[in-house]
Amino acid sequence: MSERFHDIAITVNGEKVCERVDARKTLVDFLREDLALTGSHVGCEHGVCGACSVRVDDVVVRGCLMLAVQCNGARVDTIEGVADAAEITDLQQAFVARNALQCGYCTPGMLLTAQELLVRGGIPSREQIRAHLSGNYCRCTGYHAIVDAVEAVAQARSGAKR
Amino acid sequence: MKPAPFAYAKARSLAHAIELLATEDARLLAGGQSLIATLNMRLSEPALLVDINGIGGLDRITLQNAHVEIGALVRYAQAERSAEIARAAPLIALALPHIGHPAIRNRGTIGGSLAFADPAAELPACMLALGGEIDIAGPKGQRTVKADDFFAGLFETALGAQDVLTAIRVPAATADTRVGFAEFARRHGDYAMVGVAACARAEGKRLAGVRLAYFGVGATAVRARKAEAALANGNVDAAVTALASDLDPPDDVHASGAVKMHLAGVLLRRVARQLGRTPS
Repeated sequence: MSERFHDIAITVNGEKVCERVDARKTLVDFLREDLALTGSHVGCEHGVCGACSVRVDDVVVRGCLMLAVQCNGARVDTIEGVADAAEITDLQQAFVARNALQCGYCTPGMLLTAQELLVRGGIPSREQIRAHLSGNYCRCTGYHAIVDAVEAVAQARSGAKR
Repeated sequence: MKPAPFAYAKARSLAHAIELLATEDARLLAGGQSLIATLNMRLSEPALLVDINGIGGLDRITLQNAHVEIGALVRYAQAERSAEIARAAPLIALALPHIGHPAIRNRGTIGGSLAFADPAAELPACMLALGGEIDIAGPKGQRTVKADDFFAGLFETALGAQDVLTAIRVPAATADTRVGFAEFARRHGDYAMVGVAACARAEGKRLAGVRLAYFGVGATAVRARKAEAALANGNVDAAVTALASDLDPPDDVHASGAVKMHLAGVLLRRVARQLGRTPS
């Protein structure tokens, strides 16, 4: 089976998708070009910027550093699915309220990465938030407002549980 | 950019992977966090990628015979959560949070880091500092190579074209084990401009068996043997001075060799303090 084209079956945002892919196609290009899920962005294409972040089997990965063919049998969640499932509505609202985005290019990756930290529970320190978001570049905001938004959601979710 | 075309095969077993690697210009794909970046930039254009991610049994962390064994497919994030590594491989536990970013650590593997042998990577230096061993499966069977003999040059290791790195092994820490780790990077998670991994044994108030491995200062991670001897004599100033004969970092895009030498001394003082502490 050493071939260039492969049939793959992936569950994307809860829906089963069967496609034939070129082995060289990255996951993020597959999502954008074949499935028209353009919420995941392509930035640096070598794993530095974090704009292409998606969830594969519940962990956030670089969509540019995984091949679509590797995701055969996997569950992939993109910003579209996570947002539609209302999993991060509070986080999205906090980003808007605190001006934690300007051009929005990094925002899908920021939201997914921040959510990965937030679901661990508790209230992370600002230093922990910055460390967790260190792999996601934002060229507009200077990060301060993003850290504010993530911290506010952590406090709100923690308070809601009490 | 986009990768040049290649074929892809998912290996069913170690034997199958070794067989597939006989193809000309085949490359092994583990976590892919370095390899796929180089494909995207067309720095490498293999004919075939052999994906080992589906091979069972390579993702275990075990403690036996006073050693910690870490399977090649253990991902950094899995290692960070491991109680065995926290307890018995504290140097690796210290280094892990510095490796890449969370999304990279969710995917990147321990074996991949060593097989790729980036001169600025953390784990090769940890392996040198710990005096670890590397298990390799190849067409002629299994063999074990000491970390001191594994790194041959820039991105070059003892691995042959058909070899698969299967596991690493390091001595389990004991009550008198002391470790230290420090690096300097412009952004948390980026490759270090300079870093050092250190291991020693406490003998009363003195240190014995000091091993210092620097990274980001040359073609491979390197031991700083004269500085090790000075630290064992309890003289941190002499150890910093000795670095001048141990290291010769070249200039690169991040810093001049002189800046790296200065940072190497600063980091040595930091790890010397860590080595003096009883682990919590």
